[in-house]
Amino acid sequence: MDLGLWIEWIVKAIILIVVLLIGFMYLTYMERKFLARFQNRYGPNRAGPVGLLQPMADGIKLIFKEEVIPKQADKLIFILAPVITVIPAWVILAVIPLGSIQLFGRTIDFSLAGDLNVGILYIMAVTSISVYGIVLAGWSSNNKYALLGGIRSSAQMISYELALGLAFVGPAMMASSLSLARIVEAQSKTVWFAVLQPIGFVVFLVAALAEINRSPFDMPEAEQELTAGYHVEYSGMKFAMFMLTEYTKMIVVSVIAATLFLGGYHFPFLTDRWPWLGPLVLFAKVIILLFGIIWVRATLPRVRYDQLMALGWKVMLPAALLNVFITAGVMYVLGMIA
Amino acid sequence: MITVSLIIFLIVAVITLGSALMVVTARNLVHAALWLVVALFGVAILFGLLQAGFLAVVQVVIYIGAIVILIIFAIMLTQRNALEIGSRFNENWGWALGISALVFAALVWAIVSWPGFHVQAQPLDARFDSVAELGKALVASNGYALPFELASVLLLAALIGAIVIAWERKPEER
Amino acid sequence: MLQDYLPIVILVLIATGMAGLVVLLGHLFGPRRPSARKAQPYESGMRPIGPGTRRMPIRFYLIAVLFILFDIEIVFLLPWAVVFKKLGLFGVAEMLVFILILLVGYVYAWKKGALEWE
Repeated sequence: MDLGLWIEWIVKAIILIVVLLIGFMYLTYMERKFLARFQNRYGPNRAGPVGLLQPMADGIKLIFKEEVIPKQADKLIFILAPVITVIPAWVILAVIPLGSIQLFGRTIDFSLAGDLNVGILYIMAVTSISVYGIVLAGWSSNNKYALLGGIRSSAQMISYELALGLAFVGPAMMASSLSLARIVEAQSKTVWFAVLQPIGFVVFLVAALAEINRSPFDMPEAEQELTAGYHVEYSGMKFAMFMLTEYTKMIVVSVIAATLFLGGYHFPFLTDRWPWLGPLVLFAKVIILLFGIIWVRATLPRVRYDQLMALGWKVMLPAALLNVFITAGVMYVLGMIA
Repeated sequence: MITVSLIIFLIVAVITLGSALMVVTARNLVHAALWLVVALFGVAILFGLLQAGFLAVVQVVIYIGAIVILIIFAIMLTQRNALEIGSRFNENWGWALGISALVFAALVWAIVSWPGFHVQAQPLDARFDSVAELGKALVASNGYALPFELASVLLLAALIGAIVIAWERKPEER
Repeated sequence: MLQDYLPIVILVLIATGMAGLVVLLGHLFGPRRPSARKAQPYESGMRPIGPGTRRMPIRFYLIAVLFILFDIEIVFLLPWAVVFKKLGLFGVAEMLVFILILLVGYVYAWKKGALEWE
């Protein structure tokens, strides 16, 4: 192992986190701007030209806010919970392939570990860890609303994790690999898996919205019944970290959806000709998906909790299983013919 | 011979054992569950060091992502979950210590007397795809087809047991 | 092999450091003016009633049990999916039986009302 490799990894890791941080800042701006237009308002337009400095202003404000730790709270876990929440959101994208270029006679892979042979399972593992931050935040606050919100969100997340996991099976079957690089490659040879796996794609999108506690499944933010859910007692930077996680997760699921079902960094002709366009192509797909997520928030009302769990267990799970069965059946018959 | 992986192994092993000790001595049940997470993470890293990437990730998915979550939910079912309950030791701790030492000794003896234990394992071929091999072995008739099916029966029994114990109510309670 | 995982370890370490830094920022620059009222648990401005941690309904526990069941199923499904194209009818039927046995539990839970939330 040479030093160059280590430096390469460290640089890539820092770039990934910085991109996610900037993405988070401007995603909040994008969402506020779009929601405002949906509601016939202007949205943030005071800080900087057309409000472009608004995210910085928010960040600086939050740094200088007082942080309250409630009495009887479990101090250590109370401080640890936001940290545990944010780490999975930052590390999950390590296995996303971004294409590679030839430079100075050397192949430079843009991604950190895009060809990991257990890529899909890695995503599942990191997703399953992200429940902890929420459950611990709710528990350590010593607040009824927080506890209730934390338990509710965690039950919601594990319920939809199943549909999410089953939606991964289709692409894995078609690409014969759990490596995301192979999955993108398989799509570049045929068509996007969204075309071949329509049920899987829809199941993935809905389950992903629920998994990241996003509208219309934003139970933890049901202000009317839970005041704010698991992060009621948090303030200042720690509160900001929960927001950061929520928005980072929006980016993350969009990236994963684009990679699994929309061809990832690959675009016909474009990236075959200019491979360095890979990350930009993925970026464009992600922006479109993010716009969809914001649009959904502007359109749909929040789902009631019992409806949410019923949807997860009685519709999404059977639909995802059915998709596996259909994919297996069709592929088996096609294999017989060929 | 001291290599990088040996150093990592030693550090991870110490952390795993230490946090396993914390699991049984922590006074707060939720803290104990969190120490269990650390210990299981350590085991996952040990799997990774043994080139068993699939097992390492599955360890995280199943044990940390599902089973400890279940344990935390179970702790929250209890009344005094946040309260620190008295001593962690009752009068039978001597017996427990003796029996565990005996079991540990038996396990060590069983492993050491296995001939494969003394053979230096060969590094795997770089092209060896453990995931694909596992997939084939699971459903092959000369592989693990029967244990695999039995596992599903076991899981089914666990689910039905949980429902019968926790869910079934006497008619007058409804 | 180990090389595949090292970049992820590095990423986890850097992410942990960054997250710690963010928490530290708030601690360093935020004012601290604690008062007994402020430290009370928030309950819509009322005095908190009873303890903050309560017992949770058994339902959540059952959901977690069901979750483990299907999580294990997915973990088995994924390596099977990887080799699906090379499997014969036996291998495909094998997985079908596995899923069907688990589905019995799912239907049982549904019929018993464990999936209902009132």
